[in-house]
Amino acid sequence: MNWEIKTVAMFASEALREGYLGAAGYIILGVVAIAGFLAVLGMVLIYAERKVAGHFQCRLGPMRVGWHGVLQTVADTIKLFLKEDIVPFQADKVLHILAPLFTLLGTLLVLAVVPFSPGMQVADVNIGVVYVTAVGGFGVLGILLGGWSSNNKWSLVGAMRAGAQIISYEVSATLALLVVVLFSGSLKLSDIILSQEQGWWIWRAPVVGLVGFVIFFIASTAEINRTPFDLPEGESELTAGFHTEYSGMRFAFFFLAEFINMFIISAIAATLYLGGWMPFHIGGLDGFNAVMDLLPPGAWFAGKTSFLIFVLMWFRWTFPRLRVDQLMRLEWKILLPIGFVNLIAAAFMVMFGWYYGN
Amino acid sequence: MSVIVSSLEQRIRADNLKESPLSTQEYFVNMGPQHPSTHGVLRMVVKLDGETVREVIPVLGYIHRGIEKMGESFGYRQFVHMTDRIDYLSALINNWAVSMTVEKAAKIELNDRIQIIRTIMAELQRIQSHQLWWGVFGMDMGAFTPFLYGFRDREIITDIFEETIGARLTMNYIQPGGLMFDIHPNFQKRVKDFLKYFKPKLEEYETLLSGNVILQERVRNVGIMDAKTAISIGATGPVLRASGVKHDLRKLDPYGVYDKVDFDVPVGRIGDCWDRYWVRIEEIKQSMRIVEQLIDNIPEGKTMLMKPAVKIKLPEGTYYSQVETPRGVLGVFVVSDGKDKPYRIHLRTPNFNNIWSITEMSSNWRLGDLVAMLSSLDVVVPDIDR
Repeated sequence: MNWEIKTVAMFASEALREGYLGAAGYIILGVVAIAGFLAVLGMVLIYAERKVAGHFQCRLGPMRVGWHGVLQTVADTIKLFLKEDIVPFQADKVLHILAPLFTLLGTLLVLAVVPFSPGMQVADVNIGVVYVTAVGGFGVLGILLGGWSSNNKWSLVGAMRAGAQIISYEVSATLALLVVVLFSGSLKLSDIILSQEQGWWIWRAPVVGLVGFVIFFIASTAEINRTPFDLPEGESELTAGFHTEYSGMRFAFFFLAEFINMFIISAIAATLYLGGWMPFHIGGLDGFNAVMDLLPPGAWFAGKTSFLIFVLMWFRWTFPRLRVDQLMRLEWKILLPIGFVNLIAAAFMVMFGWYYGN
Repeated sequence: MSVIVSSLEQRIRADNLKESPLSTQEYFVNMGPQHPSTHGVLRMVVKLDGETVREVIPVLGYIHRGIEKMGESFGYRQFVHMTDRIDYLSALINNWAVSMTVEKAAKIELNDRIQIIRTIMAELQRIQSHQLWWGVFGMDMGAFTPFLYGFRDREIITDIFEETIGARLTMNYIQPGGLMFDIHPNFQKRVKDFLKYFKPKLEEYETLLSGNVILQERVRNVGIMDAKTAISIGATGPVLRASGVKHDLRKLDPYGVYDKVDFDVPVGRIGDCWDRYWVRIEEIKQSMRIVEQLIDNIPEGKTMLMKPAVKIKLPEGTYYSQVETPRGVLGVFVVSDGKDKPYRIHLRTPNFNNIWSITEMSSNWRLGDLVAMLSSLDVVVPDIDR
C-alpha cells in the first residue's frame, strides 16, 4: 500500500509559491488546530483519568455534571478561569508568571510533529526524533523556574527533584529512541512509521525492540513526573511540589501540560515501537495485511495511544512512589547500562541484518 | 513548647555561623501544622540538608483542648463522652478504659455478656483502625488506591457500629457499669458476614500494597528503632512490638475476656517500617480470630449493672487502669476525693510517647522516608495533645 504523507507544513510551503497570504493561512490553521486539540485533549484526558481512577478505586468518578459527568472538566476549567491568580509575596514575579508558559510551550511544540495519520500532521521535520527530545526537554525549564520563583522551600525542593529526575531519565529515553533510529535508518517520524510496514519494531527487532520499548516507557513516565515517579509533586511529601504556590489558570497550565505530556509520550512510544498509524502488518501475509488496512490509520493511532495512556493511568493508580535515591539508582545503575547494552546489540543486529523481515 | 522554639532559634543561628563557602547550607522547613501527611495538625520542624533529614523536632499543642482539665468538672459518666475525642479511631476502647477505672474503683463485677460484647466491639474497632491506617499508609507512600480500599472495607464495620450504637465515629457505647444499649438483633449476623467478606479482601490488601516491590524498597530497613530505644521512649503498641518486644496488655494484664480467647501477639524482628506494617496486618488477622471465637458465644444477661441516672461517686483514693488501643497503651489515672467528680484525671495516651520515636529514627534518612516513618507510627494527633 502506498501511504501519502501530507502535512500542514507542506501545504503551507506549496502555498508560499503563490503568495504569503495563503501560507500564512495554513500556518494559522496549524496553530489553531494544535491549540484547539490541546484544549480538547486536555479535558478528555482529565475526564478519562478521573473515570479510570474512579473505577480502579471501586467508585464511579464524576457523575453529576452532564451525562456520566462528561461536563465535569468543563466546569472545572471555568472554575480555574475565575479563580484569583495569586503571586506570593517576594516571589520573582516575572519568572513566576512565565514558568507555566514555558512548560506548556514545551508540550505544544512537540505536538506539532506528532503524526496522527498519513494526512494529519502539522509538520514532518526531517530530524523529528531529535526535535522531540530537544523540545520535550523544554518543560523542565518551566518547572525549575516555577519552583525557584515561588519563594517557597517546598517548591524549590520539588523543582530540584524535577530537574535531577527529568535530566537523568532523558538520557535513557534518548538511548531507547536511538534503537529505533538505527533500525529504521531515519530520524524522520514519517519514515520511521513507513519502515514498520512489515511489522512493528517492538517485535520485528527480537528482544531489543521490547527492551527498548520498556526502557523508553519507564524513562518517559519519569520524565513527565507521573506516579511512580511523581516526586516533584510528591503530594504526601511536598504538598504539591513545584506548583504549591500556583493557583487559577497558571496552575491549570501546569496541570494541562502534565496531561498533554502523557499523550505525547504515549504517541511517541506508539509511533516508534508500535507503528504509529501503521496498521498491524505481518510481512508476507498480504491477505491478513489487507484485512488490517480496513481500519483507517487514524483509528490505529488512536487505539495504540489510548492503550498506552491507559497503562500510564494504571501505573498511577497502582504503584506507590519511589524515593529520591532509589529513583536515581534506577536510572543510573539499571536503566542506563541496560539501555547502552541494548543500543550496542541493536547496532550489531542492524549491521548483520538479524531482524525479522530483513 | 516555648523552650523548644527558643532552642530552635538558637540552633538556626549557630548553624549559620558555621557556614563556609564549601559546605552546603542546612535549612529548616516547617512540616505542618498544615501538611497532607502529618495526619492533622502536628507540626514538625525539620532540619534538611538538601533532601537529607538531619533533625526532626515535633512541636505539639496545636489541637490541645484541655480534655484532662475538662474531666475535673464532669461526672465520670460524662467524661466517657470525652474519650472518643482523644483518639477518634479507637473511641470504644477509650470508653472502655475510663469505664474500667470506674468499675474497678466502685468494685462492680461485670457479667459475661457485657465483657464479651465489649471485647468484640474493641476488636472490631481495632480492625477498623488498622484498615484506615493501611489506607493512609498507602497514600503517604504515594499510592492513592489503598486509601479508598481501606475506607471501603472500614465502612462495613462503621455500618455495624451505627446499627447498634447510633454513631459512626465518636461512639459512646461502653459505659461505667455496662453498655449503653443491648446489641442490635442483626449484629451477630452482620459481623459474621463481615468476617466472611473481609478475609479475601485482606489477601487483596497484601497483593496490592504489601507485595509491591516499590513499597518493599521504601519500607524495608527504613527507620529502624531497636527495642532498647523503643522502651526508653515509652513506645507501646505495634510500634514497640515491631521492635521485638512482646508487650501486649491483652496478654500481660488481661481485661475483658482476653484471657479466655486464643490469639497470638505478632512481633517484629528489627523494628523498621516494614515490621510496623507487618505487625498491624497480622493484628487484623488476630483480631478477626478473636471476634470469630466470641461472636457465636454471647450469653444472655443484663447489659447495664449500674443505675444509669444516678451520679457515680467513687471512694477516696487513686485508681489506674490501662487498655491496649490500636496504637498502644492507654492508661487512665483517676484521683478521687469522694465527690461525684474526679479531683484529677490523667490520660497516658500512646501517641504522645510514640511520636518521639520519630526524632530517634529519622536522622540521615530522606524526606520521603520521614513521611513513611511518621505514617508507620500511625499517629492520631488529637491523642497526642488531648
